[in-house]
Amino acid sequence: MANIPENLHYSKDHEWVEVKDGVATVGITDYAQHSLGDVVYVDLPRVGDNLAPHEAFGSIESVKAVSEVFTPVAGEIVEVNDGLNDTPETVNSDPYGAAWMIRVKMENALEADAMLNAAEYEEYLSENE
Amino acid sequence: MRYIPNSPEERGEMLKLVGLDSADELFCSIPQDVQLNRTLNVTEPLSEMELIAGMETLANKNTAAKRPSFLGAGAYSHYSPTVVDHLIQRSEFFTSYTPYQPEISQGTLQYIFEFQTLVCQLTGMDVANASMYDGSTAMAEAFLMAQRVTRREKVVIAKTVHPEYLEVAKTYTQHGNLKIETIHFDQESGRISVDDLSNLDDKCAALVIQSPNFFGCIEDVKALADKAHSVGALLILVVTEAISLGLLKSPGECDVDIVVAEGQSFGIPLSFGGPYLGLFATKEKYVRNLPGRLVGVAYDKNGNRGFVLTLATREQHIRREKATSNICTNQGLIALAATIYMETMGKKGLQEVAVQNAQKAAYAAKRISEIEGFSLPFSAPKFNEFVVRAPKSADEILSKILHEKEIVGGLSLSRYYSDNPNDFLVCVTETNSREQIDALVKSLKETSK
Repeated sequence: MANIPENLHYSKDHEWVEVKDGVATVGITDYAQHSLGDVVYVDLPRVGDNLAPHEAFGSIESVKAVSEVFTPVAGEIVEVNDGLNDTPETVNSDPYGAAWMIRVKMENALEADAMLNAAEYEEYLSENE
Repeated sequence: MRYIPNSPEERGEMLKLVGLDSADELFCSIPQDVQLNRTLNVTEPLSEMELIAGMETLANKNTAAKRPSFLGAGAYSHYSPTVVDHLIQRSEFFTSYTPYQPEISQGTLQYIFEFQTLVCQLTGMDVANASMYDGSTAMAEAFLMAQRVTRREKVVIAKTVHPEYLEVAKTYTQHGNLKIETIHFDQESGRISVDDLSNLDDKCAALVIQSPNFFGCIEDVKALADKAHSVGALLILVVTEAISLGLLKSPGECDVDIVVAEGQSFGIPLSFGGPYLGLFATKEKYVRNLPGRLVGVAYDKNGNRGFVLTLATREQHIRREKATSNICTNQGLIALAATIYMETMGKKGLQEVAVQNAQKAAYAAKRISEIEGFSLPFSAPKFNEFVVRAPKSADEILSKILHEKEIVGGLSLSRYYSDNPNDFLVCVTETNSREQIDALVKSLKETSK
């Protein structure tokens, strides 16, 4: 059973979002990292890039495949987790913590509220399994 | 040799099936007045002996290949050990395509890995790809790579880079959003001046230089690399004469970010300009932005060493629109020839060839500069090429010694740099004997009288 923390927002593309003071932290879910397998490389954008809603902002390469990562929220990237360059395996070991990917200054602070909550995401996963 | 595999009877059957009387009717939509309307002017079938004799007669008319030549400028006459040509003709190598399947391609993958290793050792760089089409297209790919790495849209290129390389790069990048600006060279030294790089700024993805440059002059690579880095740009070094790597300080030592080179000097015949070989090497931190194929070492579950295509997610056959370039092949056979050349020559052999080139060129330069009216306009150190300034039109002099003395004396620079019609570029390699050099000097002396 995938780990789905209560306090986060979720997308159907398996990204999670945590909002604090209008800034959204974005990463991929435990379910996503498990499906990808061992992650070997994370390609991330740069600070200052502007993201449109649901735009691909980077890609994750695992031993199985390369997958794009999409942003659930629009806005300007204010921080990027460059540490993932050297330790991509943290995406597998700590997807909700050390493996956060970008921080976005949200254009619309309410955007995350339209996302799935933990219960809804869990239901979504069970429907699609 | 291929033969047309169908017989007249079979052709008749095919025509009958499609409802025609003759093959000519297939071309009826082509207007009569643009058709040839006669048989081709070729002889009746010849015996094998007659054919070979006829071909030899034709080949003997080609005297150009026997003339002493002092042409360089991006294509160099070097000695290639017989083993190179012999080994590349083995059918395992000769007919193989760039490998996707490691299960059946270990031999090919291994030599590509060796090739990459040799290019790294020679250039002092961390990582080299499986090769590109040639030096000029490799340079264009380096522009695009610098653009990806820095996210800047301008490259500044020295006018001492081979002018035809610049033409290729402009063609190659014309539909992107890359701006190309040039920087002038110092008329006294023949190289670019480190203190005069006004258009090198923080909008610049790369500073592009060639060393030895188009005039044969050795640029101050380290100082230029430092300049480029000071504004956050990469330094791209172009090397058209790969033999020079046997003698000069390695690009890696000079902190170059991307090295692109023409590998033709490594056992590849001149053959009217191609096929040649692009070498492409960079620092490890930029490997994800490298264009082209890359072969790496891998181990199977029993711990046996093997070779596989690696970091393939950069490539077009995995992620088409996100690929670093649309190059998804390499110059397989030509890279093999270069690999065998480098391995046959070895470190000492390459150094020796490089020293011979430099010494012979220095001898030729000295002798030519002693002729009355002739001078060497550029003061910078040189490798195996140098510019000569003649007392009259270089075209006129070169044409005269070609027709009267059967010597190809060099390349007139007027077609590239029209302001100096008396300048020509002379290249001397290990294939030029002292007698040839002396004959060139003598004929230049006589012609200028």
